[in-house]
Amino acid sequence: MTALLPRRGLAQILALIVILAVDRIVSPQFFDLRLQDGRLFGSLIDVLNRGTPVALLSLGMVLVIATRGIDLSVGAVMAISGAIAASLADSHGLPIVLAAALGAGLICGLWNGFLVAVLGMQPIVATLILMVAGRGIAQLITEGRIVTFSSPDLVWLGNGAVLGLPMPIAIALGMLILTGAVVRGSALGLLIEATGGNARASELAGVGTRAMILAVYVWCGICAALAGVIAAADIMGADANNAGLWLELDAILAVVIGGTSLFGGRFSLVLAVLGALIIQTMNTGILLSGYPPEFNLLVKAVVVMTVLLLQSPKFSGIAGIAARLRRSKA
Amino acid sequence: MTLKALFAASATATLLLAVPASAGQLTIGFSQIGSESGWRAAETSVSKQEAAKRKVNLKIADAQQKQENQIKAIRSFIAQNVDAIFLAPVVSTGWDSVLKEAKEAKIPVVLLDRDIDPSGKELYLTAVTSDSVHEGEVAGDWLAKAVGGKACNIVELQGTVGASVAANRKKGFDTAIAKHANLKVVRSQTGDFTRAKGKEVMESFIKAEGGGKSICAVYAHNDDMMVGAIQAMKEAGLKPGKEILTVSIDAVPDIFKAMAAGEANATVELTPNMAGPALDAIAAFKDKGTVPPKWIQTESKLYTAADDPQKIYDSKKGLGY
Repeated sequence: MTALLPRRGLAQILALIVILAVDRIVSPQFFDLRLQDGRLFGSLIDVLNRGTPVALLSLGMVLVIATRGIDLSVGAVMAISGAIAASLADSHGLPIVLAAALGAGLICGLWNGFLVAVLGMQPIVATLILMVAGRGIAQLITEGRIVTFSSPDLVWLGNGAVLGLPMPIAIALGMLILTGAVVRGSALGLLIEATGGNARASELAGVGTRAMILAVYVWCGICAALAGVIAAADIMGADANNAGLWLELDAILAVVIGGTSLFGGRFSLVLAVLGALIIQTMNTGILLSGYPPEFNLLVKAVVVMTVLLLQSPKFSGIAGIAARLRRSKA
Repeated sequence: MTLKALFAASATATLLLAVPASAGQLTIGFSQIGSESGWRAAETSVSKQEAAKRKVNLKIADAQQKQENQIKAIRSFIAQNVDAIFLAPVVSTGWDSVLKEAKEAKIPVVLLDRDIDPSGKELYLTAVTSDSVHEGEVAGDWLAKAVGGKACNIVELQGTVGASVAANRKKGFDTAIAKHANLKVVRSQTGDFTRAKGKEVMESFIKAEGGGKSICAVYAHNDDMMVGAIQAMKEAGLKPGKEILTVSIDAVPDIFKAMAAGEANATVELTPNMAGPALDAIAAFKDKGTVPPKWIQTESKLYTAADDPQKIYDSKKGLGY
């Protein structure tokens, strides 16, 4: 089987298939699709649609983690950009709203990148600053209220559709292709992996590691800002207290499920997004199952542990030995 | 401004501060938790309004969600010898020593919105809080009346798992509908009190219940989740407020907007006016020595589309929700 399928990604694809199968069991109409007001409608679409924010976050996060960094501030950046977008939506056109919201994400990314690349702070501490302060900034923008808007342009970003595909999904797909084209279509991806693998050696070999680190944090900030705009557009309002809350952890989890090591080096964009989808497929399945909500986190933890165990080389080693032992006995 | 004028001005200012409040005017210190939610902000602004209405000098100290700040504020109110202290406790324990100090200084303490650990019952005059079990009952009773005799499948959006408000609102609602065999909660999940989760959970309810056709009513533990759920229903081509009845709790401005648009049916108010009853109790206690009951329950008022939602929305939206 390993000969037929690429080794990388096998565990993730299998995990997704298994979880989809379980979802089909708990909810027989899971794969049903129909058109509703020109938009595809069904549980599968829910998975993709609700998975969009974490998928977008993981696109930025995977690059940051590949440089051996981490960005804890993405949830707070979502709150900031959502707050800005919602406050401007009814008085300005969509281009200005998007420019302001994404610009804020870019500035947040620059700040993180500056702390890590220029001042040499440890990423977890450097981004913790904005994780805490960022939510405060967002609350200042919204004055602690839920700022609602009715601008049809911004609402369309959350609830509209292109060719039946809900906008958030189309945007996430576009960002995946764009990011992939930039980092894999050039040597950039390799340089990022080199920075994460061994920053000092890469520096000596002529890689501009500082520029690389700065760039990935900026990209991470922009991805988070886009996720924040979509989250605000989805509920037609910015909830600074709750938007993106704890999503940084889901994004890190998605990257890790996607097989990228927290110690940096090799990364995969597609598998990180797949990781985000695995998380959301599980979430949607839990919601459809009708289990009491007290089980939500427990089920999630067990599934995540199983996926990570499948990826662990030591664990597959042990499993292999056990299988061999059983065979030799028989 | 000359130096002399400056001196004169500062002297007058000091005088103004030093002069005790005119006879009969009460000075009350209010240790508020902070701005943790829109409701909290509305409570602060309503408290100011109610104090102004009764010509009470209300000093509000914002504790920024920290108990130590609240204790400091209470100590400073005691030092200023205020007539009474209002306390919205951020946690339920750890108040014994500071409330004893207030008791020794003969300053009555009134708890607002939240209760403290039962061991401290003799340390405060009265507590003004809403009864969240009763809120759930009011919601359930309304739904039973609105549905009448026909069978009704209800889906429930719970608050955050482990929050006492969520557990109480569930309990009250369950008690109310238990009397009616035709009402049944078919699905219940947590929406974490937020719009985004309310929407996501409602989307899954709709899928799980055959496109929403078998759902007759939605009950949400707060209005924000209901606002999200209403969007999910609309996107699924359903008509909330008509095909699917909605009832939720809190009475925040946005649910009145939905009600005015015919997309929501009812909400139960968690009144932000906790200070009004507290001020009345203090006034009676000071004037006539009337000792209020240990617990003053605020009214859990039900609002429906018949209550001119647009007007209520206009009056509520400026309160800081």
